[in-house]
Amino acid sequence: MLSGLFPNVRWDNMWEATYETLYMTGISTVVTFVLGLAIGIILFLTSPHQIWANKIANFITGSLVNIFRSIPFIVLIILLIPFTKFLLGTIRGMNAALPALIIGAAPFYARMVLIALREIDKGVLEAARSMGAKTSTIIWKVLIPESLPALLSGITVTAVTLVGYTAMAGIIGAGGLGNLAFIDGFQRSRDDVTLMATIIILIIVFIIQLIGDFITTKADKR
Amino acid sequence: MIELKDISKVYKSKNGEIHAVKNVNLSISKGEIFGIIGYSGAGKSTMIRLLNGLEKPTSGTVDVNGQQVSSISGNALRNARQKISMIFQHFNLLWSRTVADNIAFPLEIAGVPKEQRDKRVKELIDLVGLSGRDNAYPSQLSGGQKQRVGIARALANNPEVLLCDEATSALDPETTDAILELLLDINKRLGLTIVLITHEMHVIRKICHRVAVMEAGQVVEQGNVLQVFQNPQADITKNFVMQVSGTKESKDSIEQILVNYPTGKIVKLTFVGNKTEQPIISQLIKQFNVEVNIVHGNISQTSGGPYGTLIVQIDGDQSKVNQALQLLQSLEIQTEVIEHA
Repeated sequence: MLSGLFPNVRWDNMWEATYETLYMTGISTVVTFVLGLAIGIILFLTSPHQIWANKIANFITGSLVNIFRSIPFIVLIILLIPFTKFLLGTIRGMNAALPALIIGAAPFYARMVLIALREIDKGVLEAARSMGAKTSTIIWKVLIPESLPALLSGITVTAVTLVGYTAMAGIIGAGGLGNLAFIDGFQRSRDDVTLMATIIILIIVFIIQLIGDFITTKADKR
Repeated sequence: MIELKDISKVYKSKNGEIHAVKNVNLSISKGEIFGIIGYSGAGKSTMIRLLNGLEKPTSGTVDVNGQQVSSISGNALRNARQKISMIFQHFNLLWSRTVADNIAFPLEIAGVPKEQRDKRVKELIDLVGLSGRDNAYPSQLSGGQKQRVGIARALANNPEVLLCDEATSALDPETTDAILELLLDINKRLGLTIVLITHEMHVIRKICHRVAVMEAGQVVEQGNVLQVFQNPQADITKNFVMQVSGTKESKDSIEQILVNYPTGKIVKLTFVGNKTEQPIISQLIKQFNVEVNIVHGNISQTSGGPYGTLIVQIDGDQSKVNQALQLLQSLEIQTEVIEHA
């Protein structure tokens, strides 16, 4: 029945593209989580009245985040071509999409981390300091656990955004469902291929959101 | 144990400098429960945070437990803080951790191994009366229970000093009393020095040995709780004492009596210690044949003994009334004739 509705879909190509999309989204989400968390924590701790309060460091980090957040992703990919080439020796393939995906998403996530950390009760931080906690203890045992639900729902939103970014990265040759929809579907006027790729992307997004919501609720003991 | 010398704390703000604490000198001895009372903005929050180095004084020195808290920093300060614990008005528990894990937190900071940690946590949970709630999350606890967790957490590293930052201000009167009982018990059993700040005279009355009254960053009065209650000097102290002696409400009735019976004398008697239990009024009536009309009466229990206030109207023959007053004074009952309310 499916082959009747989608006559031009070649399933082996479709699954390979799905794998590529999942690979790019997965790796870039994990790296974005770590990098965004680190930048977000730096932004938080260097802001006024915090442990590392430092106007200059805060300004520089904040500016970098804002600059990379403001560049449209499709432009960012093009701007990063020399960097990617230097890093990986090529600008084609799944891995070549990763630098752009991460550099595009990490500042976005860092902002969400900052918002999450600001929501932590100041009293709890004061309590930790009054117990003689080191900064590393405060980061690992207070900041991250106490903002975990917001950090998780933030990374869910970011992962969904990254699925969209991989589709765009596909257009410059990174592969994945976006690439398939564009080259195989749009350029050859095979609407059924475009539609199928879209359906699979939608399913991926739904699953990400479902998992994200589930673990966020699990982590929230408030 | 705790020594504050010439402490001043100045905050710089857009609208100029704010003197949160001005030239404060305080000395608190080991095992004492010391209360600092004042209205909000009096500088008491800043004062208590000077004691564990969360705030640094602009000038002056703070010595706690043999360490100059005002000048140390880094590791030395962090280690000192493990022996100067603090509990808070809003408890400040980690919601992401269970009761047991919250209490274990300061032990983790101190680097206590897991096995000893578990044992100590168990002891502390029993000590504060939370047995069986080990695995509950703070969100599942009442305010009083949360403060018990706060206290257990503060005691985890066997501190020398416990700082209480308005620890009962967010609790209802019943729970407040239970928490104060617990603090008193800990003070007696562990010989812990407790410094608390509050705006409720009730708290001071119930557990403190000595009290300092703060107004606009300065200590305007300090001394033994019973003395301060009996003989408040500053206006603000008189106000605070009225909070517990209930004389504020009796003001109207005194006014009325002064108008209705211009002949007699309205006398405020303050009893301390075992004098509160003597039948003084009936003695007056029998001995001098005067009329005694009770306007207001109140007895409060302080940690230093009972403290009573009685406002009476004494009427009758002028000379008899005066003799009665003399008798009262000879009994070392503090007597104050009220001319106008």
